[in-house]
Amino acid sequence: MRVSAEFLRRACSPGKYFNARTVAAAGFIAALAVSRYGLLDNYLQLLLMLIGINVILTMSLNLINGYMGEFSVGHAGFMAAGAYVSSLLSVRTLAAFSPFWAFPCAVLAGGLVAGAVGLVVAVPSFKTRGDYLAIVTLAFSMIVKSVIENIDAVGGPRGFLGMDKLTTLPWVFFWVVVTIWVIRNFIYSRFGRGVLAVREDEIAADLTGVNTRNVKMLAFVVSSFFAGIAGGLYAHLIQYISPGSFDILKSTEMLVMVYLGGVGSIAGSILGATTYTVLLEALRPLGMWRMAVMPLLLVGLMIFRPRGMMGLKEARWLVPSSEREGGDSK
Amino acid sequence: MIYFFQQALNAVQLGSVYALIALGYTMVYGVLSMINFAHGDFFMVGAFLCFIGAALWHLAFVPVLLLSMGGVTLLGVATERIAYRPLRNAPKVSAIITSLGVGIFLENFTLGLNPYPKYVPPLLPSLGFNAWGVSVSIFQLSTIGISFGLMFALHLIVNKTKAGLAMRAISADRLIVPLMGVPVDKIIALTFALGSGLGGAAGVMYAMAYPVIDPYIGIIVGWKAFISAVIGGIGNIRGAVLGAYILATVEIMTAAFLPSTYRDLITFSLLLTLLIFRPRGLFGKAEIQKV
Repeated sequence: MRVSAEFLRRACSPGKYFNARTVAAAGFIAALAVSRYGLLDNYLQLLLMLIGINVILTMSLNLINGYMGEFSVGHAGFMAAGAYVSSLLSVRTLAAFSPFWAFPCAVLAGGLVAGAVGLVVAVPSFKTRGDYLAIVTLAFSMIVKSVIENIDAVGGPRGFLGMDKLTTLPWVFFWVVVTIWVIRNFIYSRFGRGVLAVREDEIAADLTGVNTRNVKMLAFVVSSFFAGIAGGLYAHLIQYISPGSFDILKSTEMLVMVYLGGVGSIAGSILGATTYTVLLEALRPLGMWRMAVMPLLLVGLMIFRPRGMMGLKEARWLVPSSEREGGDSK
Repeated sequence: MIYFFQQALNAVQLGSVYALIALGYTMVYGVLSMINFAHGDFFMVGAFLCFIGAALWHLAFVPVLLLSMGGVTLLGVATERIAYRPLRNAPKVSAIITSLGVGIFLENFTLGLNPYPKYVPPLLPSLGFNAWGVSVSIFQLSTIGISFGLMFALHLIVNKTKAGLAMRAISADRLIVPLMGVPVDKIIALTFALGSGLGGAAGVMYAMAYPVIDPYIGIIVGWKAFISAVIGGIGNIRGAVLGAYILATVEIMTAAFLPSTYRDLITFSLLLTLLIFRPRGLFGKAEIQKV
């Protein structure tokens, strides 16, 4: 009885239709339809998928740089780990299986390995912080790149190919939703409060009983896991990866998306990644000059809006109802 | 053994280039506690100015050096004025992102002007002599000599002049110093000028040692120099110089005695180990946090 009353109340208030769950379901169906019946041309589909992958990357980096307040400049390293592991699996090990099952397993495995690699960076972060931690992450991503370059079995500096084009719009959309869901719930969980506490004042957090080591470790693992997932999706979309595709420029690109959208905001990450990807495509007629115009826009944005488009603000539908300020909760 | 000494000479040469760039990073960090990620690209602009002077205008060595240093000094001061000064009170990351943006802009602007790698003609005669089996060229000697000279000049400026005193004062306490009547903006501009000028000189040295240049050389050399500054403890001038020679020695010796593809791997692994055990570099002061 109570359930049906609740249901009626929900159904009667029009605002209730537009919640995160319905949007996700509708989006997924739309994505399925688009890729199944080719409703959009291939270029637009590719652009949408790239946006999705960039959204995942941006959110993953935002967890460290925005919510935890550290400065990672080496996320391309995690992405490389995920990309290489998932590609190796799908080309060498899982090739015999139906891609319907093999692909998600490969991507997931890539994410898990990247998450484990994240632990390696989390350990120095206990003692080192600020600019020096930034160097640790940078050095780490360079090490990943160098290691890959020196392993001949994965093609060394020549890169690795042979993956089928398995990344489709529904898959990208699925992983974007998973990322948003996990990171949003993580932020509003007990550990997430710890992450925010570390950003505001690490010593105070420590003194009030936050286990800062666990918090940092978990944040790094979650973040690198999703960077790895994005790497796996990217590898199966472009079908060619090389150590050069995960260099410092890639990390810089991620930083730009995070700070463009706004630190510490999921909606900001989505906005930043989308704006950046679309703008980069829109500026394509400028040819080689587009990469000169893009940073100028960024510098202008930083001077006039130093916190990014949505700095520390969150879209309403991403905040759990119990956290919202003002009327929405019952 | 002769091979070893030959490589040691190369290490000192490369170290001198790294040191000149690392000084720019560390000085700016000292006064602004901000990492100027565009500094590596200032160095690249210096190398391109060297190309313009040497290949297009057919200038001699000293005018080319002055052209590069002067041009990059102007660039550094202008960047500080236009891009960094408005952000001085903004969150620290916005300044870092801006410097990344400036760096990408410089790279791609140079690329947009002319996308092909450039060959810098030799500026010095390829004379040399043989010292106990180690061949020493005029060019190597002049690189090392000029770097030492510039570093000594910098040492004098920082330690013996009033402006240098102001610089050190700002890096010690940025809140009190303006109250003492120190023109902070001018001193910061001067710091940028000095740092970028050294970067420009490094560009010339690099372009003469590795004569094929492209707009992206600033990225990897810049990061290496930055790492030198971190090894020494960023903000510490002597540390940066020492860090540069350590890094160059490690790099050259790795490439000389191991497969050269291991160079970056070993360099960065050493850096990571160092930072785990000495989180603030060799000479960095442990920051005492008051609660």
